[in-house]
Amino acid sequence: MTDETGARPAQQPESSGQPQASGKEKYYVRFTLAQRYLHVVLFTSFLGLAATGLPMRFSDNPTARFFAREVGGFGAILFFHKFCAVVLTLAFLYHLKDIATRSFVHKEKGIFWGPTSMVPNWKDAQDLIGHLRWFVGLGPKPQFERYAYWEKFDYWAVFWGMLVIGFSGYAMWFAPFFAKFLPGWALNAVLVIHGEEALLAILFIFSIHFVNTHLRPDSFPMDMVIFTGKETDEEFQKKRTLEYRRLAAQGKLEAKVGEKPVYWWVNFARVVGFTAILIGLVLLVLTLIGYFGNA
Amino acid sequence: MKAYPPGTEAQGIGPGWRTLAAALVLLLLPCFSSMLRAQTDCLACHADKTMQDASGHSVGVDADLFHSSIHGSLSCTDCHTSIKEYPHPDKPVAVTCVACHADQAAGIAGSVHASASAHPCTSCHGDAHAIFPKDDARSAVYPLNIPRTCGTCHASEALAKKYGLQNVYSVYMDSIHGYAVSKEGLLVAANCMSCHGSHHILSHKDPQSPTYKTNIPNTCGTCHGGVEAEYSSGVHGKAVAAGNLAAPVCSDCHTAHAILQPTLADFRMQSTPICGSCHKGRFATYQDTFHSQLGLLGGYVQTARCWDCHGAHDIRPASDPASPVNKANLIKTCGRCHADANTSFVQYQPHANPRNRKLNPALYFTRFFMNLLLWSVLGFFSLHTLLWFIRSKREQGRNGPTGEAKHD
Repeated sequence: MTDETGARPAQQPESSGQPQASGKEKYYVRFTLAQRYLHVVLFTSFLGLAATGLPMRFSDNPTARFFAREVGGFGAILFFHKFCAVVLTLAFLYHLKDIATRSFVHKEKGIFWGPTSMVPNWKDAQDLIGHLRWFVGLGPKPQFERYAYWEKFDYWAVFWGMLVIGFSGYAMWFAPFFAKFLPGWALNAVLVIHGEEALLAILFIFSIHFVNTHLRPDSFPMDMVIFTGKETDEEFQKKRTLEYRRLAAQGKLEAKVGEKPVYWWVNFARVVGFTAILIGLVLLVLTLIGYFGNA
Repeated sequence: MKAYPPGTEAQGIGPGWRTLAAALVLLLLPCFSSMLRAQTDCLACHADKTMQDASGHSVGVDADLFHSSIHGSLSCTDCHTSIKEYPHPDKPVAVTCVACHADQAAGIAGSVHASASAHPCTSCHGDAHAIFPKDDARSAVYPLNIPRTCGTCHASEALAKKYGLQNVYSVYMDSIHGYAVSKEGLLVAANCMSCHGSHHILSHKDPQSPTYKTNIPNTCGTCHGGVEAEYSSGVHGKAVAAGNLAAPVCSDCHTAHAILQPTLADFRMQSTPICGSCHKGRFATYQDTFHSQLGLLGGYVQTARCWDCHGAHDIRPASDPASPVNKANLIKTCGRCHADANTSFVQYQPHANPRNRKLNPALYFTRFFMNLLLWSVLGFFSLHTLLWFIRSKREQGRNGPTGEAKHD
């Protein structure tokens, strides 16, 4: 449960054939191509699930009905919802397989514990307290390792969310099969669980994750690292001071040097990223209207 | 052609014959002379279809059409009784049909149309000189022509407003009955008359009216006999029969004029809220379920609506072994859509209420936990992110914009 990238500069096809525009700034590889693609698959399927799930949750809302009718009614909505669900399930299984292969086959260290692991540790608790103290001016700003506590929370929220929403979703999809080993009331419960957990995911991703990761002043308007996979030396030092220092001390920093992301790729990623954020914000507004409009 | 004075034909014949002939002529002439007036004398002038009286009303008669009409064998003076001879007065007395059609006139007199107009008969039966039997396609009251005939007044927005009626003509024409009449040409399909009657049409508020609430099952049952029998064995039919006017009759669920084919998406969508207008609690809990949610989005109307589980006409309490929602029948009922329905599957509650702790404790606590999780996570992180945002803004204000990703 980590994504220690290692030095894999070969995985940047987008920069092949492009001359180095400037030698001034140094770039470090932060995410592998596979990780960046996983994020794209994750957010596109999530947007698809949210856009088709919300009309079902708030089916008495006029916007929901209008949208459903425009795309071909409930049949089309449910088909697309299930399609996105299968895509996301495959992405989830791929991620599990990746973790398993790296930790048990390649015997990679630091996946389940240590500074590069996604597993929360004591430092995360300290960072949370320290960060909150810094917000209100009671202490210095904490310095972070590869994954900060809010990123670990994002990760586990998505991990737990996919298990809960996925399980309850498949239980509805294949209700008679699940009824063989679930009590009758569980069939009622899965809709409540599915809807509430999905609501949490939508509200969390489209507000908290968007602001924490992309829209807050330090990253505004978008943190491009998950799209380009690379970060400048300055950013790396400032945002992940401890990781930078640790890698420097271990002499692993130079192995992570990568090429500057090419112009068209960054712009393309911006278009994709902003589109996703825009869709997300629209869905957020519609969700709030749906929720509080009917409460 | 001129009228001959009676008794001029028999001159130059012997006295015995003369007497006999005179007697015969005297006996028959009144008939002949009136016949002559009908067929020839009057039409000598009135066959001119453009003929008008002093005030501009058409007084022309299409002779061929009149002869083929149901009154074609009558003489003009049978109806225009005030005309005895030619020349006749400029303003003859208005024709009344009551002399022959007393029963119908009595019906009209007690009906909503009693004061409709000076010529109530022709407003429905059409041109007085071209009235045909009701099974003749040329008749204004031929089954397929009735909607149009009634529609001459009842499709008028102004008339509907004037009498406080709903303008139902267009919705009827779009209904399954209207379609059957206007498009399929079905003589047996319900037209206006089938439900409202013809001469003795009464307000639906009149207990004698076939459209009075308690009479409606019987009225619809004239054609839909099987459904009426089912209905009267169900809870709604029994309640209405027992005098409970709050219970629905046919038109409460199907509407009166806008009746749709029950398998149509529009009907499936429009009728559930109708059930819900009485069964409010059940409707609210139904709306929380997948069945309702996906039905509302359209294009997928197969999802269970009220009658798919409860039956439509012979609805029975769940305690009745014949009810499709009786415990013993659930696997079969649910199985109509969910092919693999089993005993555990049918324990699903289609009307569960997660807000009701007493009725659905497991669901209540599931929802409670999910809501707790939702609002505690969102509450904490909203505050966290807001404080972070403010702090970062202030930091940025002090140091100038830094740290933004600059890749290009």
